[in-house]
Amino acid sequence: MTVLVFSLTVWAISTVAGFLGALTGLGGGVIVVPALALAMGVDIKYAIGASLVSVIATSSGAAAAYVKEGFSNIRIGLFLEIATTIGAIAGAYLAARISTHAIAIIFGLVLVYSALISVFGEHEHETISDCDALCRRFRLGSSYPVNGVPQKYGVKNLPTGFSLMFGAGALSGLLGIGSGAVKVIAMDRAMKIPFKVSTTTSNFMIGVTAAASAGVYLSRGYIDPRVAMPVMLGVLGGAIVGTKVLVHARVRTLRLVFGVVILLLAAEMIFSGITGKV
Amino acid sequence: MDDRRLEILIGNLLRAGVLLAAAVVFAGGVFYLAQNHAAKVDFHSFTEESASLRTVGGIFRSAAHLRSRGLIQLGLLLLIATPVARVAFAVIGFHLERDRLYTVVSLIVLAVLTISLLHAT
Repeated sequence: MTVLVFSLTVWAISTVAGFLGALTGLGGGVIVVPALALAMGVDIKYAIGASLVSVIATSSGAAAAYVKEGFSNIRIGLFLEIATTIGAIAGAYLAARISTHAIAIIFGLVLVYSALISVFGEHEHETISDCDALCRRFRLGSSYPVNGVPQKYGVKNLPTGFSLMFGAGALSGLLGIGSGAVKVIAMDRAMKIPFKVSTTTSNFMIGVTAAASAGVYLSRGYIDPRVAMPVMLGVLGGAIVGTKVLVHARVRTLRLVFGVVILLLAAEMIFSGITGKV
Repeated sequence: MDDRRLEILIGNLLRAGVLLAAAVVFAGGVFYLAQNHAAKVDFHSFTEESASLRTVGGIFRSAAHLRSRGLIQLGLLLLIATPVARVAFAVIGFHLERDRLYTVVSLIVLAVLTISLLHAT
């Protein structure tokens, strides 16, 4: 394959990944890593490095738009970042110590879990409007627009959410993804934060989490400019379009789209990991 | 200054940072494609990159010589810096709001990020 063909193909895949990543609050990584490793035959270490970059591009590129819509909650995000950044460094260290086959299989399992929760999980929960003791202590309650009217929400189960976030950070550092799936689950399911607030706050968090393991990845040579260049430019463009669509999209449709795409990639990833192709 | 204005300010700053990073990566990418478009590539197996593209100092030197890969890496470094800057601005913003709790929270996050990035120096 020539450099030109490779760059253009990777750019096209990354544009789709960025679009879906922004739409679901997961970051482009969950699609970029399997796509590069499976379809393009790129060594998973390069795929992980390029993905890490794409995760940051998705997060930072979409930030301004989300903030204007009034969905993301910077206090919840920063508070939980203490757990995700420490987890991310732990995960990045672990990545050097286990085989790429194992990484592929773990990656696949994380994807299956994300997809199942998304498609078969409970429907949109009631918004919790009261704030418990910890929520008040850390002033995490806020409001977000529902059909243009501000609706108040509180936060439950902060310790559970915080622990899950450490795990999300470790997965991010290990797999080079934003691990938005685990973050969205922690906030939406465990902490009962409204879904749109969860996805957009997750978007805020994934960039910071990815930056926490970026130093380790860069120094190991996982971030190759020839792979990362088309990935970053593609994901960024896709993310900008995805963000514009998100505001008008229905939550149920979002979850279905995300679930199906992820499940397909998961199956392929686990199969390739077991047969030693990745 | 309230949370909302702070967030919008940070959001706009981030977008500017990302666009700058993208422009640098794009410029490096154009150079790279112009020089290598017909060359064969193969990323099937991992080979250690040269140190000039793996450390912050090496990347700056390579970019200063206008080498295409160095320029791309410089753009990626700028991109990696955007979430770090976002947290740094949150520290300043919360301090201006006299919100001691969240000044400390964002300082802890900033400290963890800084420790990690020291790897690549």
